[in-house]
Amino acid sequence: MQELMNRAKELLADGTVARVLGWKAGDLSYNPEPAFFETEESLKDFVYNGFCGANLSKYMIAASKFEGKTLICLKPCDTYSFNQLIKEHRVDREKAYIIGVGCKGKLDIEKIRQQGIKGIESISGAEIEDEAETLTIQTIYGEKTCAYKDVMLERCHVCKGKEHMIYDELIGESKDTKDADRFAEIENIEAMSPEEKFAFFQKELSKCIRCNACRNVCPACSCRKCVFDSDKFDSSQKANVDSFEEKMFHVIRAFHVAGRCTDCGECSRVCPQGIPLHLFNRKFIKDINEFYGEYQAGEDTDSKGPLTNFDFEDVEPGIVAERG
Amino acid sequence: MSIENKEEFRPKIVAFCCNWCSYAGADLAGSSRLSYPADVKIIRVPCSCRVNPMFILRAFEKGADGVIMCGCHPGDCHYSTGNYYARRRMTLLFSMLDYLGVENGRTRVEWVSAAEGVKFSQTMNEFVEKIHSLGKNVRLGDLRCRN
Amino acid sequence: MQRIGVFVCHCGSNIAATVDVKKVVEIAAKEPGVVHAEDYQYMCSEAGQAKIQEAIKEKNLTGIVVCSCSPRMHEATFRKAAERAGLNPYMVEIANIREHCSWIHKDMEEATEKAVILARAAIAKVHLNAPLQPGESRVTKRALVIGGGIAGIQTALDIADAGYEVDIVEKTPSIGGRMSQLDKTFPTLDCSACILTPKMVEAASHEKITIYTYSEVDKVSGFVGDFTVDIKKKARSIDIDKCTGCGACMEKCPSKKTPSEFNRGLNNRTAIYTPFAQAIPNVPVIDRDACIKFKTGKCGLCEKVCQAGAIDYTQKDEIVSQKYGAIVVATGFDTIKLDKYDEYAYNQSKDVITSLELERIMNAAGPTKGHLERLSDGKAPKEMVFIQCVGSRCADDRGKPYCSKICCMYTAKHAMLIRDKYPDVNVTVFYIDVRTPGKNFDEFYRRAVEQYGVNYIKGQVGKVIPQPNGKLLVQGSDLLDNKQILKEADMVVLATAIEPNPDVRKIATMLTASIDTNNFLTEAHAKLRPVESPTAGIFLSGVCQGPKDIPETVAQAGAAAVKAIGLLAKDKLMTNPCTAKSDELLCNGCSACANVCPYGAISYETKEVNDHGIRETRRIAVVNTALCQGCGACTVTCPSGAMDLQGFSNRQILAEVDAICR
Repeated sequence: MQELMNRAKELLADGTVARVLGWKAGDLSYNPEPAFFETEESLKDFVYNGFCGANLSKYMIAASKFEGKTLICLKPCDTYSFNQLIKEHRVDREKAYIIGVGCKGKLDIEKIRQQGIKGIESISGAEIEDEAETLTIQTIYGEKTCAYKDVMLERCHVCKGKEHMIYDELIGESKDTKDADRFAEIENIEAMSPEEKFAFFQKELSKCIRCNACRNVCPACSCRKCVFDSDKFDSSQKANVDSFEEKMFHVIRAFHVAGRCTDCGECSRVCPQGIPLHLFNRKFIKDINEFYGEYQAGEDTDSKGPLTNFDFEDVEPGIVAERG
Repeated sequence: MSIENKEEFRPKIVAFCCNWCSYAGADLAGSSRLSYPADVKIIRVPCSCRVNPMFILRAFEKGADGVIMCGCHPGDCHYSTGNYYARRRMTLLFSMLDYLGVENGRTRVEWVSAAEGVKFSQTMNEFVEKIHSLGKNVRLGDLRCRN
Repeated sequence: MQRIGVFVCHCGSNIAATVDVKKVVEIAAKEPGVVHAEDYQYMCSEAGQAKIQEAIKEKNLTGIVVCSCSPRMHEATFRKAAERAGLNPYMVEIANIREHCSWIHKDMEEATEKAVILARAAIAKVHLNAPLQPGESRVTKRALVIGGGIAGIQTALDIADAGYEVDIVEKTPSIGGRMSQLDKTFPTLDCSACILTPKMVEAASHEKITIYTYSEVDKVSGFVGDFTVDIKKKARSIDIDKCTGCGACMEKCPSKKTPSEFNRGLNNRTAIYTPFAQAIPNVPVIDRDACIKFKTGKCGLCEKVCQAGAIDYTQKDEIVSQKYGAIVVATGFDTIKLDKYDEYAYNQSKDVITSLELERIMNAAGPTKGHLERLSDGKAPKEMVFIQCVGSRCADDRGKPYCSKICCMYTAKHAMLIRDKYPDVNVTVFYIDVRTPGKNFDEFYRRAVEQYGVNYIKGQVGKVIPQPNGKLLVQGSDLLDNKQILKEADMVVLATAIEPNPDVRKIATMLTASIDTNNFLTEAHAKLRPVESPTAGIFLSGVCQGPKDIPETVAQAGAAAVKAIGLLAKDKLMTNPCTAKSDELLCNGCSACANVCPYGAISYETKEVNDHGIRETRRIAVVNTALCQGCGACTVTCPSGAMDLQGFSNRQILAEVDAICR
């Protein structure tokens, strides 16, 4: 992290960038938050560790309007989102100085808690220089340890890889954390009976409090105004609990990002209710791969997305029924 | 599934038809007096690519029991390529609905040309029959976040 | 709030017999915003339209709903009526309670209930309609005719005579088409070439007509009034301007083994060839697949004998791009392949031939110089059997479900000509029905039977069996006498079904013209607009639209020409105002819409917008309404709903959905 901070200071000092977009320490050791740093001095709050899961790409939409360049720190998976935003003309590549930062897997505080670790005071072993093998946690009940990989975010177990898709320079080492099949969860659901599927999703979606955290964090959900906030579809019925929006929000949101979602996993990470929202997006990705050929949004900045493209020999919608 | 008596079940079925092929096919079914149940109500759209998945979900939310979309045969789209985009959108939408546990027989896409009055009528007869066999739509209208 | 008028048409008894129109009026009148509702016998009549106009004026209506036949029938009528009364024509919506309701339902209660729902949907929609103004687009005063047969030639001549430039694109090396392959024509027995060649010459020499032979349509873009077409001129290997048509090259060409397409493969042609003597242009082409020079690099005889120096082995395919206001399709037909009809022994015996092959045999320029003889041994036949409906009116998928229409008459012609020239030949015709509707047609057929003694047997042939003695055993049935017939014949002629030229599917796709299950192009209306495609600016001439004989083809070719002339005569066209429109405050500038637009109608502007007090420079989608055709592909691709379609807006369609599901 020191190397990253030094480099940031250098770039600020020589005027290459006007600001740094990174993470700053939060009120607790495990919740750093995205932040802009405009002076060398302010960089003292800069952090980059295993808890910096937040994908900073989306902040570049606003930063593209700012005066001067912005140094943006992107983990390998974040670069997919950044590319997708370039493709959609939402960010200005010229306004960004991208430091591809290494990543050894990001941590899920909920999983640490699920291990029965409560009253956390500080956590060590999560620095980027660390081996990412073991976490040592100081709690009010004494010191505890847990294996790093047991408390990683779900998305890190199905990591797209440690390569950055776009960057100006790279700092820090990455580690291969993939140890699960990305579509295994989807396949489990697909294998359920319709009744089981419905019960599963109704149970999950019933937890939703419509806080819009998923929408706000999603780099693909970057519309200036969401359809659910505009009168274009008569779909904005905030006062009405029994509304179209209430009933269909997640399906429509998933459809709107289909073919554009890079599977960055931020929706699931930020959901305060713990709804596995990636299960929607990843289903579309799986279908797209199966029906139209392998496609990874954000791998490049110019290919046509699967929903703005077609093939004469595409499968018919009837395949869904035939597949059973 | 159906809580109502089957005899009394009068399904609500929305059919989106493209102006150039399928709406004309429906007209031909009419002028040829090829009957299909009155449960089917047609909405005219310029092209199948005008059908937003939101329209289909809205229909279900408002109590439709089945939604069918008809367009020109692939390759024959009045706008050259509209139905190819529609085909991808509907395939993905239907697959998602299936994944959510909604009976996939409630949605259908059929390509009907202006000359296929017979096919239009047959398709609608089949579709209505299918919806009867599935009964009233409960799940899709109730796929809510909060209950 | 709109002030809406609802007008329910009885359409005589077409609607009123099944739909309780009074009840529809009664219920519609209670819908929100409806301030006027009435029914009338025939809304489309002068009096009906007058009622609409009166109500618009008296009640200050801002929108109207007509519950009547399909909008494809009378939407334009009612829009014009509204316009005459001062209402914007796009404030009219049609509830289709005839084709989609009264004609398909029998139960009055059920049909009435549905009619009410359809009316409600239209009312809900019209609430959200906004006045729209059509734009204007230019008309390129030039027509393209695809296909150089009699249909294409006649259409081109008629358009050119009206003073417009016409280009004919013909795939083969010469214009003339199927008609040039025929020997005589019914019902007057004119020599086909004698009446066709003057037309070919006239077309070739017409100052307004440009003929592209050995050429194909490669790409079509644009729309009515303003099409851009790429024509691929295949390399002829001959300089068309230098060639004098002397024919020396063809005489000397050593590659003589290619089956002649013009003679249906009954004899061979050289590698450098014109399809037939009267070919226009009278300039050969080199078939590069057959040419020894192209295959081995050696030969070059044609180049040596050509005094004009017209041979050019280096010629390449060339693309000519041209703008047109109207396009006429005249791609014609071919006979079906007989692979699925083994019972007629077509592939086993050279003496089983199709009727089109018989035309070539009977023709003086054909493979037998016009002598009627068996192709197996050159002997003159004594017994000839004609089999009708081979592949036509076919119930299974081996053939075609339709009647090919021309076979009864040409078979009568063949039978008559053979009996006339060779009175010692017995002619038997097996038929299902003899269909002779047409001027002087039945008289013609009766002459064949009564005057020329042709033996017509009502019944089908089950099998043709080649015999060791070279004869053909025909097993048929006589339905009138109810007996089986075994007949030994020297030749069997199959009245083979005709089908649209297989290339038409590709062309229809390029033109976005619709096509039916038999590959015939669909007309805009089966009865009232038979020579127009539903795609504006595309017209249909000849058999590409359905089976036709020559007089019908010529008549239809003229009609297609008139429709094209009617279009070319306009200086400007009103464009469809139902185009896409982008809301600049909602647009993300993401380019998804431009990616799916088939017309390239969407571009992006970087402009300053004022979003509720926030001034910002943004990338915004802009729709070129002259190019936009209103498909709506962009509207669904747009995640924010910034892109909407006027006349079919998101809110309008959702209102219809809500009204139906209510």
